[in-house]
Amino acid sequence: MTDSALTIANLRKVYTTESGAGFEALKGISLAVQPGDFFALLGPNGAGKSTTIGVICSLVKKTSGSVRIFGRDIDTDYSLAKQELGVVPQEFNFNQFEKVGDIIVNQAGYYGLPRRLARQRAEQYLRQLGLWDKRGEAARMLSGGMKRRLMIARALVHEPRLLILDEPTAGVDIELRRSMWEFLQQINAAGTTIILTTHYLEEAESLCRNIAIIDQGQIVENTSVRSLLKTLNRETFILDTREPVGQCPKVKGYETVVVDDHSLEVEVDKGQSLNELFEGLSAIDIHVVSMRNKANRLEELFVNLVNQHKAAAQQEQVGS
Amino acid sequence: MKLSSQWVAFTTILRKEIHRFMRIWMQTLLPPAITMSLYFVIFGSLIGSRIGTMDGFNYMEFVVPGLIMMSVITNSYSNVVSSFYGAKFQRSVEEILVSPTPNYVILLGYVCGGVARGMIVGLIVTCMSMFFTHLQIHSLPIVVCVVVFTSVLFSLAGFINAVYANSFDDISIVPTFVLTPLTYLGGVFYSISLLSDFWRGVSMLNPVLYMVNAFRYGILGISDIDVTWAFIGVALAVAILFSYSMHLLSSGKRLRS
Repeated sequence: MTDSALTIANLRKVYTTESGAGFEALKGISLAVQPGDFFALLGPNGAGKSTTIGVICSLVKKTSGSVRIFGRDIDTDYSLAKQELGVVPQEFNFNQFEKVGDIIVNQAGYYGLPRRLARQRAEQYLRQLGLWDKRGEAARMLSGGMKRRLMIARALVHEPRLLILDEPTAGVDIELRRSMWEFLQQINAAGTTIILTTHYLEEAESLCRNIAIIDQGQIVENTSVRSLLKTLNRETFILDTREPVGQCPKVKGYETVVVDDHSLEVEVDKGQSLNELFEGLSAIDIHVVSMRNKANRLEELFVNLVNQHKAAAQQEQVGS
Repeated sequence: MKLSSQWVAFTTILRKEIHRFMRIWMQTLLPPAITMSLYFVIFGSLIGSRIGTMDGFNYMEFVVPGLIMMSVITNSYSNVVSSFYGAKFQRSVEEILVSPTPNYVILLGYVCGGVARGMIVGLIVTCMSMFFTHLQIHSLPIVVCVVVFTSVLFSLAGFINAVYANSFDDISIVPTFVLTPLTYLGGVFYSISLLSDFWRGVSMLNPVLYMVNAFRYGILGISDIDVTWAFIGVALAVAILFSYSMHLLSSGKRLRS
């Protein structure tokens, strides 16, 4: 049987607070990511995503539980486990005064790659990420997007089988984001397992096959993106109209809200026909010229799940 | 991690460290050369000529070993403390911490970087001293051993300081309030035979005194203390600080949350 790329079992992390009470950032989460997967780990700020990644790459000391990377325990077999792992953190964590090329070559050195091979790999990844021309420049001279790409090149230089990216496209412009997606899809297709945390749910929907949603230190959903989207019961559309909509138009079976003179917001349940909606609007002389989802579909699900989880947690508190 | 890979990791850290202090040579190599030359001019030539001899040597000859040792101590310490704290501050230390590089290789890499700077500065100061006096070497093996042991010891101390430091102020407190007084009172400029019994006893508690005197013995063949005890003391201190540094790395104190 093939080992999972990542296996997390009953992982707990309690941070010591000044009051001494302790803050439980991870409440015994368990997770498995299969080799070759493109996996999204989503959650609101402070949900425990970065703590989870910190534990996996050993920058955060876990309180209890276990983490295995391709079957190798990060405590007992840490050397081989770390060889399999590449991490792109959320914050820039390289020496700003070091040259771009040196950062990559040195990182390869920490993984035991001989200097010549390290230089070849550095050239390969810096070229692929469009940074080869910058190899002689100090890292602080790079733009934000270039710094992100530098961290990706650095994480890949020892060719790990598992790559974890913590919000890799935060603050990156759309064009660059798209080219990073393309690059990540290429390396995933070449066999690298990728785990991604992101705030752009469109990113997760476009790239990832499987998804886990974490909230308040607990996994609240862990499934495939496809099956998660199937559970979406209701979508909200924005319709742009040719004529001014005037007062809120009433169409039987649909909830409508006026956004502005020429736009309407309509909620459509799963299974409801859009044709009936358009017919209803035509009957009152409103013609739709374009339409779009109000929010990304995954975003709606994400918000629903997190809200449900929060409500359940509050109810539990009240009950106790 | 295989031994050959560990060697690559070690040389990577060492090369990076040497490259760092060479790149900023105006801040790392030039100041000790200038400061020590001023010491040679003022204490050796101007004032020293009026002091006369000390333990049978003219004052310039007497202070040169102490001044060389002083520069080795301060430079090996400040190299590791500033480099490792800088890596912590910029979080670039995470590059090594997430890698499979064993803790002892990380420690050796940084310590050898400190030793390299200590020895290069020591060599520069030695060369500068030759413009002012004729240096004889009583025992080359003792000279080399003392320099290596001392720079290892103070590199380790710098490493521990860097791990505990929370700000750039914290990395200047120890050199200013501990290292400098210990060095100045460590027999660099005088023989403790000139002191009263009480102050001689107090001076014997100063570890720097042993290193300065052991080094002076290697150069001039004279010492206020037994050189064997100096070696035993330094070796013991190295073992203790090395073990403590390893404990800090493996426990992740101030490095991993």
